[in-house]
Amino acid sequence: MRLALVNLSYLVASVLFILTFKGLSHPRTAVRANLMGSLGMLIAVVATLLLLDWGPGVQRYGVILAGLTVGAVIGALLALKIQMTAMPQMVALLNGFGGAASTLVAGAALLEELAQGRLPSTQSTVATVAAGIIGAVTFWGSLVAFAKLQEIMPGRPLLFRGQQALNVALLAVSLLLGAWLVAAPQATWLYVLIVALCTVLGVTSVIAIGGADMPVVICLLNSYSGLAACATGFVLDNNMLIIAGSLVGASGLILSRIMCRAMNRSLGNVLFGGVGAEVVTGAAADAVYAGRVKAASAEELAMILESARRVVIVPGYGMAVSQAQHAVRDLANLLESRGAEVEFGVHPVAGRMPGHMNVLLAEADIPYEKVREMDAINPSFAQTDVVIVIGANDVVNPVARTDPKSPIAGMPILDVDKARTVIVIKRSLSPGFAGIPNPLFAADNTLMYFADGKKAVLDLVDALKQAA
Amino acid sequence: MEVLAITLTVFVLAMFVGFEVITKVPPTLHTPLTSGSNAISGITLVGAILSAGLQLTTLTTLLGFLAVVFATINVVGGFLVTHRMLRMFKKK
Repeated sequence: MRLALVNLSYLVASVLFILTFKGLSHPRTAVRANLMGSLGMLIAVVATLLLLDWGPGVQRYGVILAGLTVGAVIGALLALKIQMTAMPQMVALLNGFGGAASTLVAGAALLEELAQGRLPSTQSTVATVAAGIIGAVTFWGSLVAFAKLQEIMPGRPLLFRGQQALNVALLAVSLLLGAWLVAAPQATWLYVLIVALCTVLGVTSVIAIGGADMPVVICLLNSYSGLAACATGFVLDNNMLIIAGSLVGASGLILSRIMCRAMNRSLGNVLFGGVGAEVVTGAAADAVYAGRVKAASAEELAMILESARRVVIVPGYGMAVSQAQHAVRDLANLLESRGAEVEFGVHPVAGRMPGHMNVLLAEADIPYEKVREMDAINPSFAQTDVVIVIGANDVVNPVARTDPKSPIAGMPILDVDKARTVIVIKRSLSPGFAGIPNPLFAADNTLMYFADGKKAVLDLVDALKQAA
Repeated sequence: MEVLAITLTVFVLAMFVGFEVITKVPPTLHTPLTSGSNAISGITLVGAILSAGLQLTTLTTLLGFLAVVFATINVVGGFLVTHRMLRMFKKK
């Protein structure tokens, strides 16, 4: 009876998780959706506590409560303290913790079976191996992603000879050891060894990936953390874990696919391509820029903006780095108060995780209807008076359309060059992540404003106010 | 073997449900989707609580305890930060 009740609670929790994803289809229902998800989690936890035999000692409470308290305090502190610009790091870290928990649970479950004198079923051991491999790669891969995003480690790809061969070998040996563990579940040291090998694999596979490819890595690790939970579900024969885990697994996979498509690259190319390791400078860059780049003063730009009727602002990672989102909001409001129509154009891979720019603009109180997707905004550039590009580079590089040999060939871009005037706010002419020069900066209709993103926008706001 | 058939059924069907509902999430909400789904992947907390509560051996209790800590950070941090973000998305 009690078991049936617990399982019914798990069903309720699973339904709530599905409704969470469904509710995220619109900003209006999203807050409620997230609350439903947390309610589902609460129900699942309470039901599980009821599942335990509370008979003799009360020390069971102690360990669980201590763990829940420590975790809740750390989690809450992280969630409340983190800056919106640092959201990619935060998500990377949380992905990792989820993966680590799954690896630990699967290992503990194996030991428990053996301690009770039972041999785990083949299904259970196969799932244990899967949870060990996926969980360990997720945890260590996420820590590396975190270190790169937090700039504790260099963001560029770290490559060494034989890296891919090593990765393949690590995975192959892990799988072989896994097969051995399935045949001989008593040999628990095999599990430890698998986790150790996958620790190395997590590190060596993610260090090869450069900063701007992080959106894909975060999605993928997100997917892995779900699949690890799913594998744990197979270990414990728990349908709720399987449902919740596969929902997350699907979510991460879909997002990775969207990100890859937005770069016109395959997942394999992102993971193993080491793109961004080389930078084109010197003569090749001079050929594009020499004598053609026009820098303007804030006053000149204010004069152009004054008469603009339609302005589109295109933010990139640079906006996040300089924390310019609030200044950008002030600029947009000022332009609107002078009768201009202002919209924002966001490329799917702008920033360091999917939707990164949207969150920052929302933080600055910019209504979400004004923030348009690439496909929605692209046709409107030809009727746009001024585009302000702030901290974006590769996603507005027209070379993607013209040069089939370029590393970004075929990548869908924001067609800002079609606008009457393009203002590019950038600190220097240094290349973006793809390491190639951007002819947009040298185009006839482009004016450069060389400064830090936030300072530049504030300068423009001041100049516009003075012009009034 | 029968159990495997049932769990596999659940897995495959859940994947399909996942693909159906998640493709409808607009790009605007992709960051909250990632952090929110992240919190849900902390569901492994359920298994962690069982290990920490069963207390069969010192080692499994320790592993369970650590797993409870990690999973709770994931769950609490994930839902809370998602809530913080979603509250900022406003209509004009």
